[in-house]
Amino acid sequence: MKGLFRFNGGVKPASNKDVSTQQPIASLPLPEVLVIPLHQNVGGTPRPLVAPGDHVLKGQRIGTADGNPSTAVHASTSGTVLAVAMRCMPHPSGLDALCIVLEPDGRDEWIEHHPFDYRTATLAQTRNYLRDAGIVGIGGESFPSHLDTLVINGAESEPFITCDDMLMRERAAQILRGTTIMRDVLAARRVLIGIEDNKPEAIAAMTDAANRLGDPAVTVVVIPTIYPSGSAELLIRVLTGIEVPHGKCQTDYGVLCFGVSTAYAIHEAIDLGQPLISRIVTVTGNVETARNIDVRIGTSMNHLVAQARPRPDSDRLIMGGPMTGLQMPNRDVPVVKATTAVLVGSPTLFPPPPPEMPCIRCGDCVTACPADLQPFELYRFAQAKLFAEAKDYHLFDCIECGGCAYVCPSHIPLVDYYRFAKSEIRTREHDKKCADEARERFEFRQFREEREKLERAAKLAARSAVGRDAATATGMPEPVLAQLDDAKRALITAALNRVASPRQAVVPDNTEGLTTAPRADG
Amino acid sequence: MIHSPYLFKSVRVPSVRVRVLVALLPGIAAYVWLSGAAILLQLALASVTALIAEALVLAARRKPLKRFLTDGSALITAWLIALSFPPPAPWWLTVLGTLAAIVAKHFYGDLGKNRFNPAMVGLALMLLACPTTTSHNSPAIFGHLGGTGWPWITLAYLAGGLWLLQQRIITWHMPAAFFGALALISGVFGLLASTQFTQFAGPWFQVLSGGSTLAAFFIVTDPVTGTTTPKGKLIFAAGIGLLTGIIHTLGNYPGGIAFSVLLMNIAAPMIDKHTRPPVFGHKLKHNSGNIATKSTQ
Repeated sequence: MKGLFRFNGGVKPASNKDVSTQQPIASLPLPEVLVIPLHQNVGGTPRPLVAPGDHVLKGQRIGTADGNPSTAVHASTSGTVLAVAMRCMPHPSGLDALCIVLEPDGRDEWIEHHPFDYRTATLAQTRNYLRDAGIVGIGGESFPSHLDTLVINGAESEPFITCDDMLMRERAAQILRGTTIMRDVLAARRVLIGIEDNKPEAIAAMTDAANRLGDPAVTVVVIPTIYPSGSAELLIRVLTGIEVPHGKCQTDYGVLCFGVSTAYAIHEAIDLGQPLISRIVTVTGNVETARNIDVRIGTSMNHLVAQARPRPDSDRLIMGGPMTGLQMPNRDVPVVKATTAVLVGSPTLFPPPPPEMPCIRCGDCVTACPADLQPFELYRFAQAKLFAEAKDYHLFDCIECGGCAYVCPSHIPLVDYYRFAKSEIRTREHDKKCADEARERFEFRQFREEREKLERAAKLAARSAVGRDAATATGMPEPVLAQLDDAKRALITAALNRVASPRQAVVPDNTEGLTTAPRADG
Repeated sequence: MIHSPYLFKSVRVPSVRVRVLVALLPGIAAYVWLSGAAILLQLALASVTALIAEALVLAARRKPLKRFLTDGSALITAWLIALSFPPPAPWWLTVLGTLAAIVAKHFYGDLGKNRFNPAMVGLALMLLACPTTTSHNSPAIFGHLGGTGWPWITLAYLAGGLWLLQQRIITWHMPAAFFGALALISGVFGLLASTQFTQFAGPWFQVLSGGSTLAAFFIVTDPVTGTTTPKGKLIFAAGIGLLTGIIHTLGNYPGGIAFSVLLMNIAAPMIDKHTRPPVFGHKLKHNSGNIATKSTQ
């Protein structure tokens, strides 16, 4: 506890982690087909690099990053591309997105790959290399050249999930190696690895690995078990005392936080040259043998869950934990890079909440909120569609941890109300932006048409000036010529004025300047 | 489709309400011991009236009966009204007061949205309608320490209130601010009394009455109609304390608490709005302070 900072709020649900830590990380037989979504990170959708019928090798890049912060996508095994097509995503919406459908050939043959010498590379080169190795979860668009504190997140506070726990137990040295690489690359002054005190085995393994590293700047810090201290903002707060507002760039505050699984993936990418093609996933909940499995990206959840033998009364799959997890639209959606756990639900494990009762403003949600919000006020604003008020009450600082809904004695699905309000506000802001852009386009078009009209008139005047030169040659009197010059100058001044103030140009009396020319001519 | 979270802490509104009722039991026991079982009859009468009134209004509003009847909120209102009237109060006073409270709760927005403390609406109405019946020698909420033994009621309410604190159903802010403000204003009047206003009661006389203790822990702390931010709770309860002291002393009017609570109920949303604690990541002073300490490490 000493030297740690605390955050307000948080809840302590039963962890339910022991069930899935009894067995070592297992591997999974190759599935019959892999469905690898191209879009697995924030930013643009990677462009496919393969076509149906192509043969690919394990680790071959099949989707290329579409600018920062998008990341590349790789084949999880060797085989044949069956299709580049729309498939259902692991998201409650059940929407389709572009995927590479791959049929493994069973040889699991690696593409030629080499370690990356980050010591001779520039920051941008390393960043791009990691992006092309498909590493997700390393934050912002670019790396800072100097960092105060690198925070490695091994807190894993969400109940049921143990993938980081098992990774730390079994592969601590590799995580530390990835951590050291990032510390070198970012020139971080210190590295703090935060682990909740309900994972003694992981703490022992990581401390041991850190000691063997012999780097005094790298410290494993044991933090109290309070959900949701595994959220990056809160872990940074607990370890450093710094509060990074939700949605703000961590590096602006001199810190950067990423998970132990990302550190592990960085080690594999840099030291072995292997891109991110698999991850550890906890399969738990209503199953006979809950455990962690090393799963290839693109494996169907059905294939994965079958290994843990779900009980017959299972009624749903949840990606993630019980506090923030997403209910899957069907069992065939693929495991993606963000899949930490597949939680098998049942009516007995997660009974439907009792009927919603009115909010009695008891304030339990305020006590539970780690973001220091007034959740019940946000709920009222969302209910009444008072979105401006909701924003004023910092709706967008809500991290959707679910703590408020967890403690609510009236069983109000509070987080659903916040999700609704957020999406409504985003939609309205988007619509407003579109309307503004349309108006600007329209105004610019008016301005352009007016300008073209004037340019045509100016050209016309210039041509008549040429005529005037001819007239001088034929002995036209001087005053007439001067008059013509004046007319031309007036025309140009008028045109320039109109270009300078397009709004005034819309007023129809702008033919004023033109009238002098014919008069002068006449 | 049900969205996250899928886990719930097993606490329900009824259980919160039931615990508030349980916390009232020591006070009721002391009441019975001191003034006989008449209060039990009043409680029963108020409870039955409240439940019937609630059922009728719910039926008229086509709301699910069982869910809302069993939440216990109507019973709390009924008990608070019964305990607030003096024991010799006629039965119709309790019945009418309770009826008014329940109907007012629904008129002013239903459970969770009503702006005014229902029990205090019922009380205020009865005070105004039947001033002679409600004001004489009342030992409970309107009253003062009426003879020997009444400190026991204070202690019994205090015990129930402390248990609510321990159960985290209420926080310390409201009782502390209420007692503090009431003591302050009574002290001021006490000082004045020693010089010219001899008719004023001394400070401890009203601060430590059973009625004040009941108000501090059970009436002022109603979550629905009160404030919720820590600072807001202090302001809200202190306001009630001050107003009560002023009305009791200057107005020589016994129902000070009822009117004070209603007055502060109106101000509660505004107080809450202006006492919001800073949000995570927006405590600028705090944040820069940490960065400063970090650089000196």
